Amino acid sequence: MILIAVILLGAIGAIGAIMLYAASKKFEVYEDPRISQVQEVLPGANCGGCGYPGCSGFATACVKADSLDGLLCPVGGMPVMSKVASVLGKEVSNLEPMVAVVRCNGTCEARPRINSYDGVKKCSIASTLYGGETGCSFGCLGFGDCEDACNFDAIHVNPATGLPEVDEDKCTSCGACVKACPKGIIELRKKGPKSRRIFVSCINKDKGAIARKACTNACIGCGKCAKECPFDAITVENNLAYIDFNKCRLCRKCVAVCPTGAIHEINFPPRKEVVADKVQPATPKAVTPTAPKTEVNAAAEATTPKITEETNQNKIQ
Amino acid sequence: MLRTFRIGGIHPPENKLSAGKKITVLAAPKQVVIPLGQHIGAPAQAVVQKGDAVKVGTLIAKAGGFVSANIHSSVSGKVNKIDNALDASGYKRPAIFIDVDGDEWEETIDRSDTLVKECSLSAKEIVAKIAQAGIVGMGGATFPTQVKLTPPPGNKADIIIINAVECEPYLTADHSLIMEKAEQILVGTTLLMKAVDVNRAVIGIENNKPDAIALLQKLAGNYKGIEIMPLKMKYPQGGEKQLIDAVANRQVKSGALPISEGAIVQNVGTVYAVYEAVQKNKPLFERVVTVTGKSVANPSNLLVRIGTPVSALIDAAGGIPEDTGKIINGGPMMGKALMSTDIPVTKGSSGILILTRKESERKPVNECIRCTKCIQVCPMGLNPTLLMNTTEFKNWELAEKNHITDCIECGSCVYTCPAYRPLLDYIRSGKGTVMNIIRTRKATK
Repeated sequence: MILIAVILLGAIGAIGAIMLYAASKKFEVYEDPRISQVQEVLPGANCGGCGYPGCSGFATACVKADSLDGLLCPVGGMPVMSKVASVLGKEVSNLEPMVAVVRCNGTCEARPRINSYDGVKKCSIASTLYGGETGCSFGCLGFGDCEDACNFDAIHVNPATGLPEVDEDKCTSCGACVKACPKGIIELRKKGPKSRRIFVSCINKDKGAIARKACTNACIGCGKCAKECPFDAITVENNLAYIDFNKCRLCRKCVAVCPTGAIHEINFPPRKEVVADKVQPATPKAVTPTAPKTEVNAAAEATTPKITEETNQNKIQ
Repeated sequence: MLRTFRIGGIHPPENKLSAGKKITVLAAPKQVVIPLGQHIGAPAQAVVQKGDAVKVGTLIAKAGGFVSANIHSSVSGKVNKIDNALDASGYKRPAIFIDVDGDEWEETIDRSDTLVKECSLSAKEIVAKIAQAGIVGMGGATFPTQVKLTPPPGNKADIIIINAVECEPYLTADHSLIMEKAEQILVGTTLLMKAVDVNRAVIGIENNKPDAIALLQKLAGNYKGIEIMPLKMKYPQGGEKQLIDAVANRQVKSGALPISEGAIVQNVGTVYAVYEAVQKNKPLFERVVTVTGKSVANPSNLLVRIGTPVSALIDAAGGIPEDTGKIINGGPMMGKALMSTDIPVTKGSSGILILTRKESERKPVNECIRCTKCIQVCPMGLNPTLLMNTTEFKNWELAEKNHITDCIECGSCVYTCPAYRPLLDYIRSGKGTVMNIIRTRKATK
């Protein structure tokens, strides 16, 4: 009896195995083994920052593409992309690392509140109702939709200023915060050499007087920076200056002439005048400083005449 | 048994403080600010420039598309500038600023009070005159009236429903207009019937206005085909689809227009504007606005020029009370808090409601207790708590499947929620997102 059962079950098993083998051969789907190899070197965050649905989607795209131009894992950056390139035996184009930049510097002191909002504390909802608690309808609402959207703990609203601050060591420039901000304040910009960069920290398109009344740190569209820029990197449109980061050569002349301090410089060594005037200016942090910024302003104003004198002399010569 | 709409609805306290008050004419202010986008659709294009002299009724902006409306000056004076100004949307948008000088009207406008019943114009000419006068739906939705009167090919209206419901608490602008201009409204109704070639019109009116019902019923006998239908009080009966359900017992399908069921709905304020435009050559540049609130010294119904700042209206009603928490543009259910009292009155402003600090306070939000009250009161048969969650978790597919775009933003769900959940805040935001998704999907197809 036992023998019959063993033979019977063994036979059924053998028949099943043969059928499964035949089926697996007949309906085999070929998957490029390189896809899983590429996927292994990717960070696996599935953030979608590359524009593909998750890391496997990006890996498939990398394998299928003829060259890796335009493909970038924003989380892994260049180290990961060069690993991908070595797996696939392809060339990788050297892409500039980017970082999220908050283009609003309307701190609580600079931008007084003219009403109070008691609805749901979310930027997406507040922005469907009105322009915000301050006179500036372009500026940051401060409810932190960007913070909620960030998968890397890289952006946080500073309660003292009411503005989000980017931790550039953690920021992977995946662009989730850019999409989450209903006001379009956050922009991905070139990280720059030694993380040094200059940008207009304001998107207010109101006329100068109105913008200034709503926020003392607003860009008033005066155009001084555009005149000062030797590289044509600055354009003023709709009462708002914008610095093209591909043209900017980080000379800092625009920062010095800005009358409202709307142009920010990040990670630059302090200027000599600043050291002379102030006892101890701490090395600027990566994030947009608030209190130190006013010092920078004061310094900038102090240096303004000197620079113009120099340029005038140059012209005369 | 009085009729009403079938599903959902609530009955908030009426608080019609200004009921029975005569309409007072508010003098033109020193400067008016007339927004170019005060209707649904494309903003109008300005046809005047800085320094131009205008009279009352002069065309200052032309319709900027098919769904758009003309805008006329509400005062006589000089154009100061065309610039961005804060409006009821809470954002700065283009507007025409006019400095007032005297009160000179265009000669073509008939300013006499005599009632003109006869009209020899053809249907097309009536619609053209309505378009020329820049008339929009004055119940608050501000949809251009001439578009409603030009049904898409293949659709034919067989009934006109006049919305005299005024189901929003506090507001009495329509009620006061009926009490003073009943004959004109009835003539306006016959004009609309002629314009779309129908022989039946029903004026739907809630039975909390017995004096208006009696007056209309007395006069309606002289006008062929007009019926007055008192309705049971229930909010939001003034919603287009709800009113068609209540009056004609027809159900407009999800996403469809009322014309698909052969109905055209017009507000009484719009009908009065139609009468004035067709019979008196008067474009839409003034409207009745209720200024009200429990703390307001003198709640009133004011005839206001478009572009007058809200502060002037409040001053006329006794000034801003000391303990003011919010100033609402519209009624308490659907109105929106204003950012500033400099915001001008537009064609869609039916009321200015002043709430005290205590009244305007939001209660602390609690967890959902699954009582289903919001589902029971939703007049569109939606599941508000589900729609709120889909928005919160950005599940737009599920939101669309559950008809988030059908929401009429009446606020019944929030009103009834015992946990004070901000259902409508979320749904309104989610509805906008889903509508954008649908629009881009259609555009890419």
